[in-house]
Amino acid sequence: MDNEKFMNNLFVYLEIEDGKVEDVSLELLTKGRALAKNLNCKMEAVAVGSQLDNIGEQVFPYGVNVLHLFDDKHLYPYTSLPHTSVLVKLFQEEKPQIALMGATSIGRDLGPRVSSALGSGLTADCTSLEIGDHEEKKENKTYKDLLYQIRPAFGGNIVATIINPDCRPQMATVREGVMKKEIADPKHKGEIVKHDVTKYVSDTDFIVTVIERQIEKSKVNIKGSPIIVAGGYGMGSKENFQLLHDLANTIGAEVGASRAAVDAGFAEHERQIGQTGVTVRPKLYIACGISGQIQHIAGMQESAMIIAINNDPYAPINTIADYVITGEVETVVPKMIKYYKKNSK
Amino acid sequence: MSLKIIVLAKQVPDTRNVGKDAMKADGTVNRAALPAIFNPEDLNALEQALRLKDKYPGSTVTLLTMGPGRAAEIIREGLFRGADGGYLLTDRAFAGADTLATSYALSMAIRKIGKFDIIISGRQAIDGDTAQVGPQVAEKLGMPQITYAEEIQSVEKSKIRVKRRLERGIEIAEGSLPMLVTVNGSAPECRPRNARLLQKYKHALTITERQAASVDYEELYSNRPYLNLEEWSVADVKADVVQCGLSGSPTKVKKIDNVVFQAKESKTFDSSDTDIEELIVELINNHTIG
Repeated sequence: MDNEKFMNNLFVYLEIEDGKVEDVSLELLTKGRALAKNLNCKMEAVAVGSQLDNIGEQVFPYGVNVLHLFDDKHLYPYTSLPHTSVLVKLFQEEKPQIALMGATSIGRDLGPRVSSALGSGLTADCTSLEIGDHEEKKENKTYKDLLYQIRPAFGGNIVATIINPDCRPQMATVREGVMKKEIADPKHKGEIVKHDVTKYVSDTDFIVTVIERQIEKSKVNIKGSPIIVAGGYGMGSKENFQLLHDLANTIGAEVGASRAAVDAGFAEHERQIGQTGVTVRPKLYIACGISGQIQHIAGMQESAMIIAINNDPYAPINTIADYVITGEVETVVPKMIKYYKKNSK
Repeated sequence: MSLKIIVLAKQVPDTRNVGKDAMKADGTVNRAALPAIFNPEDLNALEQALRLKDKYPGSTVTLLTMGPGRAAEIIREGLFRGADGGYLLTDRAFAGADTLATSYALSMAIRKIGKFDIIISGRQAIDGDTAQVGPQVAEKLGMPQITYAEEIQSVEKSKIRVKRRLERGIEIAEGSLPMLVTVNGSAPECRPRNARLLQKYKHALTITERQAASVDYEELYSNRPYLNLEEWSVADVKADVVQCGLSGSPTKVKKIDNVVFQAKESKTFDSSDTDIEELIVELINNHTIG
């Protein structure tokens, strides 16, 4: 690596839908800012799409130092090859030490392709990113300030720390909701670099075209809700899940679900909480009919207070709950609604 | 029109239901206690391939898998369901591969297979959940990709049309062949084994398996060449050994921690009216709700 000639900054790829930067990217910028500060380098963001004039005002408050714009009507909606070409060429020029993107259907399509073209390592779905050193004892070599890419593996039963000692950029994807989103300075302004798209993308990159697209605005906001009522496979049916909606409506909560409940068709995918869904940190988490597989617990264990309702007194989730109610969900939930209505002021 | 289709499939430990018996006393996972299965989304991929074969007679479906010797089961499983053949990429030098080294090895094997129109694989494997190998194979072969597919809708005049299932909706994408497609778990399940094919292929073995089982029906295997499952080594696919396995992997595992959750002191209630009301009143009074 030619460390002196280049800045070796941290880069974040921005996901943009309808002119709006997605939350997952803003969360990465928040994390990226902390990592860049730790490394004493700058944070740069890359926007690839169409009509990007207002992207700067959206991302500068998160501490972006340099914003790279690739604005062309053919670059939206996202397709794999043109966005890959932009990142590969830009990264060859700028030589970032770290590149982050969302673990979304876009980031997980783009990241591997870019990493393969650059021959650099990529770690998918990280739940934590840290900076640290590494000693290669066999070669008696010490690596300073590597990116620790921490992720669950093996169905969530282990957590692995992955490093890329020799290849740059060190690439990682992170799921939405795993990192916190926090504005650094609303008045912060960075530099904007507008690139000539024709220098990065060739006509043959447009081999795949999107001929129809039906993307809905996210209807549920489980990440932002202070109270979550979540159901698992133990709810038994989609009809029983309605009970959770009733409770949620009564106490002002959002409804979440475990992977097993989503797989069984009891709830929509966007309500899924856990390693393969979103991570939540509400004030109160009410787990109904959830046994507590590790991969679910990983996505909700930081809740300030947890109530577990389960007919199995030995359900694993009970060990991390503040309140354990042993009983049938169908009995308990209506009673909670009843006594909430009776006692709330 | 007939298509040459390659399906990438992986044998994985069934990590979805790691029960208590699969955990060792020290809290680590006892991999040997987990059954080895056909990666679920690769079965969805196989089904998409078989549907194309049904639709365009004369098409062929070839499986490619990388793994230890026992991963030949994946090829047999594919043959039982309608695939035409398969290759097992197996060599100690492939061990310890991350996704980049894996996709390099697979891409070299695909080059050896030769001509193809479509490569189909599952979106991701349940032992790693990375979803990286599909796109990386496409990049290594310099070909386009359509990921997150729920249905290959049509292949006409060398144009492929695919319905994709994304987080918040669907997308219809179209591109020209050759194309690599990765398939979601939301796609139709794979058809079951076919009784006739099960009979036909039940003795399909790799040479290593034949030696290990001391099966020596030389005549059977020479009269029915489709029963010989081919094994390929690093040398067979002309791969650069440095780019394979551990040495070809830019990512290294620094450490592994077992997941242990801190148990809390919890307060227990039952489903009686008194208990539930007491809890609700407590939550209202400490301003958690209401």
